[in-house]
Amino acid sequence: MAKLHISTSINGEATEFLCEPHATLLDVLRNDLQLTGTKEGCGSGDCGACSVTVDGRLTCACLVLGVEAQGREIGTIEGVGSSDKLSVIQEKFLEHAALQCGICTPGLIVSTQALLQQNPDPSEEQARYFLAGNLCRCTGYDKIIRAVLDAAATLRAEQQGAA
Amino acid sequence: MSEAQNFKYIGRNTIRPDGFDKVTGRANYGADLTLPGMLWGKILRSPHAHANIKRLDTSKAEALAGVHAVATFADFSAVGDEAIEGGEGSSTLLDLARNILARDKVLYHGHAVVAIAAKTAAIAEQALALVEIDYEILTPVLDVRTAMAADAPLLHNDLYTQNGADKATTPSNVAARHEFKMGDVAAGFAAAEIIVEREFYTPTAHQGYIEPHACTVRFDKDGQSMVWCSTQGHFDVRASTARLLGMELGKLKVIASEIGGGFGGKTTVYLEPVALILSRKSGRPVKMVMNRDEVFKATGPGSASRSWIKLGAKKDGTITAMQGSLAYEAGAFKGSPVMMGCMTAFTPYAVPNMLIEGFDVVVNKAKVAAYRAPGAPQAEFAVEMLVNELALKLGRDPIDLRLQNAAKEGTQTIYGPKLKRVGLVECLEAARDSKHYQQALAANQGRGVAAGFWFNVGGQSSVTINMNPDGTGTIVEGSPDIGGSRASMQMMAAEALGIAPALLKPIIGDTENVAFSAGTGGSRTTFATGMAVIEAAEDVVRQMKQRAASMWNVTAEQVDWVDGVAVNTAGEDRLSLASICAGADRTGGQISGRGNINARGAGPSFAVHVCDVAVDQETGKVDIVRYTAVQDAGKAIHPAYVEGQFQGGAVQGIGWALNEEYVYGASGLLENAGFLDYRIPVASDLPMIDAIIVEVPNNFHPYGVRGVGESGIIPPLAAVGYAVENAIGAAVTDLPLSPPRVLQLVQDRG
Amino acid sequence: MARVCFSSAQQQLTGVAECDIAAADYRQLLGAIAQRFPRLDMAELQKMAIAIDGEIIHEPLLESLAEHSEVHFLHFIAGG
Repeated sequence: MAKLHISTSINGEATEFLCEPHATLLDVLRNDLQLTGTKEGCGSGDCGACSVTVDGRLTCACLVLGVEAQGREIGTIEGVGSSDKLSVIQEKFLEHAALQCGICTPGLIVSTQALLQQNPDPSEEQARYFLAGNLCRCTGYDKIIRAVLDAAATLRAEQQGAA
Repeated sequence: MSEAQNFKYIGRNTIRPDGFDKVTGRANYGADLTLPGMLWGKILRSPHAHANIKRLDTSKAEALAGVHAVATFADFSAVGDEAIEGGEGSSTLLDLARNILARDKVLYHGHAVVAIAAKTAAIAEQALALVEIDYEILTPVLDVRTAMAADAPLLHNDLYTQNGADKATTPSNVAARHEFKMGDVAAGFAAAEIIVEREFYTPTAHQGYIEPHACTVRFDKDGQSMVWCSTQGHFDVRASTARLLGMELGKLKVIASEIGGGFGGKTTVYLEPVALILSRKSGRPVKMVMNRDEVFKATGPGSASRSWIKLGAKKDGTITAMQGSLAYEAGAFKGSPVMMGCMTAFTPYAVPNMLIEGFDVVVNKAKVAAYRAPGAPQAEFAVEMLVNELALKLGRDPIDLRLQNAAKEGTQTIYGPKLKRVGLVECLEAARDSKHYQQALAANQGRGVAAGFWFNVGGQSSVTINMNPDGTGTIVEGSPDIGGSRASMQMMAAEALGIAPALLKPIIGDTENVAFSAGTGGSRTTFATGMAVIEAAEDVVRQMKQRAASMWNVTAEQVDWVDGVAVNTAGEDRLSLASICAGADRTGGQISGRGNINARGAGPSFAVHVCDVAVDQETGKVDIVRYTAVQDAGKAIHPAYVEGQFQGGAVQGIGWALNEEYVYGASGLLENAGFLDYRIPVASDLPMIDAIIVEVPNNFHPYGVRGVGESGIIPPLAAVGYAVENAIGAAVTDLPLSPPRVLQLVQDRG
Repeated sequence: MARVCFSSAQQQLTGVAECDIAAADYRQLLGAIAQRFPRLDMAELQKMAIAIDGEIIHEPLLESLAEHSEVHFLHFIAGG
């Protein structure tokens, strides 16, 4: 099977790769581009560990083909925060001890960013339902939800301060 | 240690030292390592639950272009029938090998038979389809009742029941019968004025870690080999793998990657020996990663159980006798944690007359692995349900009744020794006094209370602290960090050295750069590895004092160590840790401290949970409306991560109580091997989980630590189970309390 | 004299629930038990953990016993 040449943008950087037609975006990110921050927990869209954005829309990278990245903007955990400063969401996850093993954390942070872009002031219930697709087996979600709500409040305060 | 110690760093919620890597995606887990020239290994698994392998032909697969190596059981040439220590119970090397690759028989759906390494994962999968196997299908045995029947099909023709000192002479699916007793239960029941008894069932449940098993290995021609894998104990991976392959320990380096959850399920080996065989045969590095289907079918799970429990009490609430019989599924090979079920079931209670027996039963399911307080949740579920029933029938508050009968210091246990100082009474009082417990229930709501006991373990841990010329240091430990333990190690070392935690960097050494350390499990890491850290730090302090003494021409005994500074008690001199490190090159070379211990004196951790549920009587759906988890930490080194252990344990237990179960068809095939159909709790299923930390110090640890990883999963089964019973007014016996089962209970109640 | 308490399974072979044995340490204790209860499987016993006065010790080889220590043999406890 001939590989296909794909031109895309990953975390704002123009990127090209060759991929098999059947390869998932997750395979391409992890195995071809060495962007291993996106994790594989199930390969069937049930756990959210591979959460990424495609043209701003939250999705599971295991449910998207690599070839579908053609001409799109892909966002992964490696694009959250900057090289010298964590994002507010990342900081709040650490402050609230919202991770134990950490395997679900990149996916949860990408999902939280998507949540707060859509809804800067989510209720606890809204946060819980939005993040229901991101499984965490360690924490029982309590501290994750607290981190998300605190990050939302902090970001709103920053916005107001800037306005 | 004294009751009230003043700590400078212990008890603060610091930011974990590995946090940056984990929120940025830089942390490397089991599946994240790629080596040049690496092959991909894949496994062909049994499509049947129970079958003889009549013919196995891999020649067509081997001939496929891109295939480099094939492995079968025949490659375990070094395997004998020696016992090895695993995460739970006893196992033999032969059983371990036969679980990793089937010999002459497949014993469960998903049992590995053949492994193939190829240039790409796709080619390896193509090759698996070319393997020819003729199976003779046998009747599967899927439940302890069928397995224990006299005419049951046998999984193993050479398995004989070990009953205490006696061994049976005809083969059976019952590997062992254990018995523990004290006092006289017949007299205890004769003295009782009220007796409750019931049979219970808990399903097969999986640990459910989000990271599948994964490894990358390299077998080098000079015999020096490397395994990178996700494990709770890399020294155990080294021991098992080396013995299966007949290698010297010194020639096998095992590196523990970051680990994406384990809960006991990553205390054994599945892929590592196979990958190393494939690498040895191909001369290339090999990577193997399970998919979720394989994780569910062939790893873990925790034992399903059937139990019968009977309790007798006086009208004044004094429990006079406790009796029980437990049968646990071991899966395809012997070694369920039923003995620990027997030892834990009644331990929260000070009752003179107790008798319990336990059966270890093989069935055609994956070999069970340790699962958080292995064996305890199943047994204590049954006991706690009945203690609640007893409270109801006696018209007593369930916490009050437990306080009346609670185990405390000096209580005789059924497994032998008397308890040392424990915090059950303190946990019960904290639960009783909680805001939650004072709150009234609404319509259709029910409340359940349950206690939980787990031993906690100690064991071997090794730590080295290497100081740097600028006064910073590296803590090299051998316990994989599964939930933030680097933070506690950093804080304990900082406390003992008297310097800020941020000056110390904890790392997990591989099997070559730190001495033997037992795995992360048994709630042992903060306790035992923490003790080794403190010992290493004290070794550093001892040397610091010597260096200062030699500078001042005094003896080391004349030097005090105060907040990271050497103080000359015979004069005005002061030397900080940083200045001693800076000058160490001129006083004998840089300083490193060592703590190699076999920790003893692990302190049991008791837990008490309170759960309120709302039951929709038309659909059978159960919602957790309020939940409080109380547990004795001894001393909470990092309170936020201690709370996290309580909350995470509670939610795993809630999942076990409400939804999680393996579903098998009649032919023994697993029908729900995925997260969609094996439903672990998601964020929208839950409220906040209130965590209350009780601190009754364990006097065997310098800072009072007990260890908190496991007890939290024990109480939820009965706390949720009895809350549902309380809400619907019908007896609960079987888990999980999924909507169809609850609806059935409501309908049967009428 | 140390007080040694036997489990239900051990009692099948010892015939007694407990006994007093003069021993200053673990190794002396094992030697005395072997003499007194020849039916006990000493290899099995040596693999077991012990509890001395309630403290569970997985590797007791070098343990010493106090004048009235209470000793129990336990199976190795592993966690998850």
